[in-house]
Amino acid sequence: MGINFRTETFRDDFTFKNSPEHVRRFPFPFHEDSYMYAVNIEPHAAGPKGSVLEHPIDVDEHYVSEMRDKTMVLAEDPLRCQSLPHMTLAGWDLLELLMTAKAEGYPEHFSLTRDGDKWHWVNRPLGIDDRFTFGDVSALPYGPMEYITRQAQGDFCLLDQRYGNLWMDAGIVTTQADWSLDFDIGMNFFEWHAPVPLAHEKGIFVRALKFLTNIQQGRPARRLNWTITINPRLDTSPENYHKWGPDRATVTPDNVGKKVHLRVELQSFWRLPRSNGLVFPIRCYLISLDELVTSPKWARRLHRVIRDLPEEIASYKGLTRYRATVVDWLAKYDDGSSTSAGFGPE
Amino acid sequence: MSTGATKLDVTVTRVTEVNALIKRFHFERSEGGLLPTFSGGAHVVVEMRDGDAARLNPYSLMSSPLETRDYTISVRRDDVGRGGSLFMHGRVKPGDRMVVSYPVNLFSLDLRARKHLMLAGGIGITPFLAQTSQLAGEGGNFELHYSARTASLAAYADDLRSRYGRRVTVYHDDLDERIPLERLLASQPLGTHLYVCGPAGMIQWARETAAALGWPAETVHYEHFAAPKPGLPFDVTLALSGRAIRVGEQQSLLEAIEAAGVDPPYLCRGGVCGQCETNVISSDGKFLHNDHWLSEDQHRAGTKIMPCVSRFEGRSLVLER
Repeated sequence: MGINFRTETFRDDFTFKNSPEHVRRFPFPFHEDSYMYAVNIEPHAAGPKGSVLEHPIDVDEHYVSEMRDKTMVLAEDPLRCQSLPHMTLAGWDLLELLMTAKAEGYPEHFSLTRDGDKWHWVNRPLGIDDRFTFGDVSALPYGPMEYITRQAQGDFCLLDQRYGNLWMDAGIVTTQADWSLDFDIGMNFFEWHAPVPLAHEKGIFVRALKFLTNIQQGRPARRLNWTITINPRLDTSPENYHKWGPDRATVTPDNVGKKVHLRVELQSFWRLPRSNGLVFPIRCYLISLDELVTSPKWARRLHRVIRDLPEEIASYKGLTRYRATVVDWLAKYDDGSSTSAGFGPE
Repeated sequence: MSTGATKLDVTVTRVTEVNALIKRFHFERSEGGLLPTFSGGAHVVVEMRDGDAARLNPYSLMSSPLETRDYTISVRRDDVGRGGSLFMHGRVKPGDRMVVSYPVNLFSLDLRARKHLMLAGGIGITPFLAQTSQLAGEGGNFELHYSARTASLAAYADDLRSRYGRRVTVYHDDLDERIPLERLLASQPLGTHLYVCGPAGMIQWARETAAALGWPAETVHYEHFAAPKPGLPFDVTLALSGRAIRVGEQQSLLEAIEAAGVDPPYLCRGGVCGQCETNVISSDGKFLHNDHWLSEDQHRAGTKIMPCVSRFEGRSLVLER
């Protein structure tokens, strides 16, 4: 059976769209009609069949097109992928994690055969068939982290755990919501979160760090994060702000449904066995408001969340210029009736 | 969410008497196949079912992280302890099925280090066996100084010297051989990290000497093999669960809480990781703090206790559990 991979773009003509099934499986992040930062971390346990949480690493219909976009981003700006010298072992840990997860979850698309340290990896959607010795960097066209993350949706941060803190010492970041790996590389958990408003005073990062440094092998955790993006652009990086920043001024009452996208990050946290570090995958999902309002519950809830969002959070998430226009557009779908608890579309 | 690390079903494949005090145990996965890989310095928590009592003791993995068909631990017999090592020495035989946790590493290498300087005392040699295997596998730069009471008690010294030659030096107490600590710590290249595992006194000596010689705290890594000490029985009230429990002589406070059906968080069970930190609601008596987690001030204040290793003597103790 397998996945029907779409051919679409995340730049220029923006032909990205979700199929109806992918609209329904979208990881809507609001379980109530308002939003505030919280330590919303939970065990990364398997979710319902067909959902984005069914498999520990999710592959969807956008896979092939996202990998094409990622290749372009890296060609334009190689500094999006960096690994400090001591992080190569963590890169091998990540390679093992992603290859085994993809092969187990999607055997029709990915195969991994291992004979001791002689590995054979087949990625059918991308036409890759490679044999290599695990641990031997000379056998692959890139370092292990770059090799496997060029074949995986989303961003990946490899965190070294030292002295009770986490350090962003390697990563590949091409689908980010406006932060820079080149700027943050080498920073610790508090430093790279410095710009986030309100959360520091609430003690959120102290508690989150305590939890994360105690994550053990075999017990990954996850949380959701969200923002709004104008046009289905994956690469909303500070480095390319001149390309996408002006889009924020192009929102009109007529084009909200087509241009404005809810952008949700499914973040997970995994202990890496050989390096004792953590990997932090950040998987990005996009949905246009036209697609989103096909669920009346989501439409009402999103209206209320954006309308009532504290100013500091709205400003930090970049919503200021078009917030009023979006709220007015969503108001058409909000008849004031109550919304059910939980994240689902019903 | 249940506590501790995920569990593994294993079978004991071999038990070897290493010397008068130490036995070595080999485990393989009961269902066959490889065990989870790990980083040098990791330990597993071994469950010992002794009739009604359940003890969970952490033991460092000494086997190589590069070969995970087998996990190997070494246990030093402690005749005055709570019986965990006596259980391992006296009751565990090849063919026995046991449960161990996934590996947990609270003593990991700093992979940025230009050189790893290791100081081992007695059974503290075990994590370094795994770490040196890992480093040797990738051409890492390490030097190991191993202090033991006598040559016969210097477990694995011959094996280490034959594998690593001059990178290993062994010191025998009975021959008055001492690690020349000040000279060693004053002469290392920039970027060296120090790792110490052995008796508490040795760790304190190493940390103080390093600090006095200007080593930054982040470059000094240590692991205590702090097992819960036995002690007089005492009564505790668990305020949140509404239970009154008695902690037995051979039982830790954490084990007594668990035996009462309460499920507090835990991880290392050796007083170092902080997971089981418990608030004291009221107390009338004396705390016996055996942990390495709470600060001196917190020990004096008596508002928190680490139930995995600490005890109490007195008239009453009420905990927020």
